[in-house]
Amino acid sequence: MANYSRRDFLKTAAIAGTAVTGLSSKTKAAPKNILSEDRMGVLVDTTVCIGCRKCEWACKTAHNLETPSIDTYDNRSVFNKMRRPNDKALTVVNEYHNNDQDKFPINVKVQCMHCDHPACVSACIVGAFSKQENGSVIWDTDKCIGCRYCMVACPFQVPAFEFSKALKPDIKKCDFCFERTKEGKLPACTEICPVEAITYGRREDLVKAAHQKIKNYPNRYINRVYGEYEVGGTSWIYLANKEFEKLDFPKLGKDPAPGVSEAIQHGIFAYFVPPVALYALLGGVMWINKNKKKTENETEI
Amino acid sequence: MEEFKPTPMKKKYFTPVVIGLAVLVLNGMIFLLARFVFGIGAVTNLDNQHPWGIWIGLDVAAGVALAAGGFTTAALGHIMHKDQYHAIIRPALLTAALGYTFVAVSVMIDLGRPYFIWHPLIMWNGSSVLFEVGICVIIYLAVLYIEFLPIVCERFIGRVNLPGMLKRFNNPLEKLLRLLDKGLEKTMFIFIIAGVVLSCLHQSSLGTLMVIAGPKMHPLWQTPILPLLFLLSAISVGFPMVIFESVITSRSFGLKPETHILSNLGSMVAPLLGIYLAFKIGDMMIRGTFVYLTTISSASVMFTIELLFGVIIPLRMFMSRQIAKSPTGLLIASFLVIFGVFLNRLNNFLVAYTPPYEFYSYFPSIGEISVTVGFIALEVLLFRIAVMIFPIVSVPDMSPQRTKYSVRGGIR
Repeated sequence: MANYSRRDFLKTAAIAGTAVTGLSSKTKAAPKNILSEDRMGVLVDTTVCIGCRKCEWACKTAHNLETPSIDTYDNRSVFNKMRRPNDKALTVVNEYHNNDQDKFPINVKVQCMHCDHPACVSACIVGAFSKQENGSVIWDTDKCIGCRYCMVACPFQVPAFEFSKALKPDIKKCDFCFERTKEGKLPACTEICPVEAITYGRREDLVKAAHQKIKNYPNRYINRVYGEYEVGGTSWIYLANKEFEKLDFPKLGKDPAPGVSEAIQHGIFAYFVPPVALYALLGGVMWINKNKKKTENETEI
Repeated sequence: MEEFKPTPMKKKYFTPVVIGLAVLVLNGMIFLLARFVFGIGAVTNLDNQHPWGIWIGLDVAAGVALAAGGFTTAALGHIMHKDQYHAIIRPALLTAALGYTFVAVSVMIDLGRPYFIWHPLIMWNGSSVLFEVGICVIIYLAVLYIEFLPIVCERFIGRVNLPGMLKRFNNPLEKLLRLLDKGLEKTMFIFIIAGVVLSCLHQSSLGTLMVIAGPKMHPLWQTPILPLLFLLSAISVGFPMVIFESVITSRSFGLKPETHILSNLGSMVAPLLGIYLAFKIGDMMIRGTFVYLTTISSASVMFTIELLFGVIIPLRMFMSRQIAKSPTGLLIASFLVIFGVFLNRLNNFLVAYTPPYEFYSYFPSIGEISVTVGFIALEVLLFRIAVMIFPIVSVPDMSPQRTKYSVRGGIR
């Protein structure tokens, strides 16, 4: 199957071709009908993670971001406050208090969730974001104009912008190591993880595996896989022993994030019928009023 | 009835107010320069939690809404063919053209990569609301300039007089203007209708823009009928904006305000505002969001101010006959409507926006405020220049027998 870039081309061509007759309903960015069944994902088991933050180091190294030496990541004082991914760190690990066992805190790795129906893809004014066949949501620097609408749209508040740059600021977010996986390598974070808290694989298999884990260890996990249904499903899914909302996961519905917005948009522009109808209506009103004026003037004379 | 004719204003350009405004412009430009040298982060209080600030929420969103006078008067004067309102079409057109120009400029300075502003023209994303808004605004801006061309023709046909080296272009330019004037006279209706359609589209889509933010937006404002509310509020702010600008212009140039036209215009505001209010309250009732008004928070306070001072009070004022007859009453009532829509856009884009992970709350920096204020001041200054160069403001006509161009000796 062709990947999205070819699809994008066809999409643009289709729009250009049908610009007069109307927008094709197939131009939806949320790829409901073309999600690959073999798309990959990652299962994060927060009960296994030890908060060593090696993944943070590996991520920065893989993406040529500035990083201190790997030894400095042992410093656990960074956990004192909640951190978010930003333009200098595409993934971060946070630590949360564990009710039952104080000795074993809960660590949660945060990065782009790689939604199946991404709001950023739907929102981007120039289509710089795309959901790839392998599941990753990536960003194209050659298209981006820096409007930051993706940041407004993202329900997980993930895309970050290089506010400090005057020239060529980038949108920074986890790209699921798109360049590495293309060469058959593992994503940098999953490769380095010493305790296998993060597992890379087919999303479908991972969802099954997650439920199997819950079934096998019902005391270890709560009965929920975060990301299985949230905003229509995400490529990254999580297991935990505590309600996800208490671990700072956003409380989200099951509908795809762009949902209503696209429905409204495609409603207003349904094959360009409403705008054209409005144009015709106004034209008619204008014509009638003009003629009325004329006859009024004639009768006056 | 007295004949009114658009005439260039003759008055000294510089007044103390004008100089004050020029200082504000200069101040804004300094911060703007800093933005381009040191980046957006250096001048604004924007961060990864708050991607959009007042440059989008006010300059763009409120700017588009407050330029609605252009399409509402065009619809009234040209499409409904109410000839009595012709006197206000030109000032409204100028306000809209200037307003939209600054909307485009504001978008440009807010973009991280302003040099790629042309990308949406060739890189399309049909599902993006922002894409639709962008394309509509670009086309509408072009339409506004086209609608303005006849005024330029009227001013310069028979008077093209370039200095020095450029003298040889006098004749071709004159011919071009005549050609444009003749061509546009026949085809203007196409652009006028297109302008109204485009306005309806992007005024509403500006509301759809925030729908995708979903739960990040406070429920008092987040509703699937946002596009309808934006369209209705834009339509109801159109005439108040024209009234406001007309009263201010006549005061500034020492003319008698066209009270008769303005109060007729004002009589149409109450029904429009009423429809908007009905939808706003109805939406609140259906979604049950009034529960949020029972607690005191910045959201509930701002919502109450917006609805009470921006919609309900001016609605009552426009229903009063006494107020409709006095320019001052109209001025105040109109100002309140403008304030209401301004606040509504601010609320929708900034106050309602609550990111799930918020470390600091957003308040615009001195730099952001300076640039916004500078742009508004510059708009006022350009408006003043334009009405002094072009026949925009209507004054009682001293020579009613004069026909088009005849005095200037041109051949038609």
